[in-house]
Amino acid sequence: MKALCLTIVLAPLIASMLAGLFGRVIGRSGSHWVTILGVAISFFLSLLVFKQVIFDQVSHTSIDIYQWLVLGDLSFKIGFLIDPLTVTMMLVVTFVSLMVHIYTIGYMHNDPGYQRFFSYISLFTFSMLMLVMANNFLQLFFGWEAVGLVSYLLIGFWYTRESAIFANMKAFLVNRVGDFGFLLGIGAVLAVFNTLDYESVFSQAPLINTQTFAITENIHWPVMTVICLLLFVGAMGKSAQVPLHVWLPDSMEGPTPISALIHAATMVTAGIFMVARMSPLFELSDTALNVILIIGAITAFFMGLVGIVQNDIKRVVAYSTLSQLGYMTVALGASAYSIAIFHLFTHAFFKALLFLGAGSVIVALHHEQDMRNMGGLRKYMPITYWTALIGTLALIGFPGFSGFFSKDSIIEAVHHSSLPAAEFAYWLVLAGVFVTAFYSFRLLFLVFHGESRMDAHTKEHLKESPKVITIPLILLAIPSVFAGFFIGKIVFGDYFAQSIFVAEHHHAVAELKEHYHGIGSFISYAFQGYAVYLAFAGIICAWFLYLKQPQLAESLKQKLQIPYKVLLNKYGIDELYQMLFAAGSRKIGAFCDSFGDRLLIDGLVVNGSANIVNWFSSKVRGIQTGHLYDYAFVMIIGLMILLGGLFLQ
Amino acid sequence: MITLTHFLVLGAILFSLSIAGIFLNRKNIILLLMAIELMLLAVNMNFVAFSYYLDDLAGQVFVFFILTVAAAEAAIGLAILVVLYRNRSTINVQDIDNLKG
Repeated sequence: MKALCLTIVLAPLIASMLAGLFGRVIGRSGSHWVTILGVAISFFLSLLVFKQVIFDQVSHTSIDIYQWLVLGDLSFKIGFLIDPLTVTMMLVVTFVSLMVHIYTIGYMHNDPGYQRFFSYISLFTFSMLMLVMANNFLQLFFGWEAVGLVSYLLIGFWYTRESAIFANMKAFLVNRVGDFGFLLGIGAVLAVFNTLDYESVFSQAPLINTQTFAITENIHWPVMTVICLLLFVGAMGKSAQVPLHVWLPDSMEGPTPISALIHAATMVTAGIFMVARMSPLFELSDTALNVILIIGAITAFFMGLVGIVQNDIKRVVAYSTLSQLGYMTVALGASAYSIAIFHLFTHAFFKALLFLGAGSVIVALHHEQDMRNMGGLRKYMPITYWTALIGTLALIGFPGFSGFFSKDSIIEAVHHSSLPAAEFAYWLVLAGVFVTAFYSFRLLFLVFHGESRMDAHTKEHLKESPKVITIPLILLAIPSVFAGFFIGKIVFGDYFAQSIFVAEHHHAVAELKEHYHGIGSFISYAFQGYAVYLAFAGIICAWFLYLKQPQLAESLKQKLQIPYKVLLNKYGIDELYQMLFAAGSRKIGAFCDSFGDRLLIDGLVVNGSANIVNWFSSKVRGIQTGHLYDYAFVMIIGLMILLGGLFLQ
Repeated sequence: MITLTHFLVLGAILFSLSIAGIFLNRKNIILLLMAIELMLLAVNMNFVAFSYYLDDLAGQVFVFFILTVAAAEAAIGLAILVVLYRNRSTINVQDIDNLKG
């Protein structure tokens, strides 16, 4: 098991190093073969581990590989925790990553940075695996930061573009805010538990529950609430929850394969995964769960709304990612960790599919991303169309598709949750279903249906993408349809029993479990709720506005100027941050530069000391005449003083 | 009666004269060399005086050594002086200030 896990983690790392350092030597095809091989090894070995854990019932194992350092009685280790949650994540990460690797061959085939790109995405896979397989907080943090670093590199992959540089800096800085909270959270864990090992932390957690931190002299906060909220700040950064969501839409500046890999399927799910992994801690703090519910619900609904007015195909998908991450967060808040992970699991497939589908369209249209210049692509690109349709149906939760099972269970779980914020969250996620269906089908209709709006030249060259692009689409479409059928096992079975802890008074999932009687009844039961009808209503509205009466959409836009503007400007949050934080910190920076750096350090310390030496030496220089008799005189005076001193003693 | 003190005072006076000769002399390097010789002679005076009063011949033997070495040194010094004069065409002490760096 130890060797197996090490191979899974190290194969992509070695491949990445080969492609990155020896890219010129092994050439373009060499570097894609070596990285695909590395990720494929990881994927198949993950399958093997999956089989061992799930079917052979190898019990919950924590393996320590290496002791990194010892500090007093603390020891920091590198190790793996192999349990159902980990193996599920490993499978998702390696599978989506493998698909993206294959797809990249087609998407990036004439990019000068081909080898570099493969090196980065393999490195990304390595980081993500380190993150999900960690058995202690330190390694989790390592993976967390490594993922952040690689996303920075990938978003700025086309580093000659001004906007890409802006976007990657933004992503990095916003993530830093989250990471700061996360690091504080880890620090709090260390301070309270005196260990960073998951197992000992989780087992001690209930004992610590009654302790409080003194924030000021009179304010005492429960330890668990502080730790959970701080850790959740980290999750907000990585999983792009309001108000730290601003980096994700901008990060679409990177090439499309990484949008699929990082911003749909894997990196942004790190926060969700982390909270689910920490369920024994989060379960002890109702306050934190309420906050999570509220943040998640706001993200799910309001970010979906922004998706409606976007015209860039990738941005629409990006906002839908934000919205879906909101759903997952809501599920976490309702203590439905297994459902959150289940939605993460289904979402990984259909969102990667949608991104890669969007990429396929973009390639076919010679890197055109504006949906207003698309339309009618259905007959030119049948495979892309059908797979995108499947992805969209899964995304909106069309009954029978994978997204339906996960999203409907989230809504039901929130409905059953007894937390005070659950009511609020319930209505928002319910409304979110309509919004999701609306913008998803708006995208589908604008891109694939209706009249073609591209220029004649592009239209002539329009054809289906090559096989390296369509095969990953098809391979991703399959789980997008069927992944939902595992709901009985994953959510309502005891699949996650070893890895996820749910307190007794958080009974949402338990109640759902009682009502669950197979997939068929789940689907028919859904028709008694609102969600399915809202999804249908969304589809019909989109159809009416964008296919039947396109001029109506335009006139609505004219009439609803103010809400339209608000949405188009993304509620002005970007501008606010630009003005407040970006401009503010630039001012602080300018002050530090002019006062601290130029005046204090350059002027006073560096040049100042040089000036003092200069001044002093200019005064003393006169002594050095070069005349023998002066030197002799000084020598004799010196000798006299020395002798005089000796005699006087 | 001439005592040891008289000799030592004479030696000290000669020594002081030669020191003054070194750093008061602004003109001629030859004077510098002469001052150094005089300094050695002052020391020799002390040696001889002590040798006589302590009844130890070793002191006078030393004086011979010193005189020999001083002679050799003077020869070398003058040779250097000649070379210096050839190069700089001056033996004025004030003009020789290369030590300033």
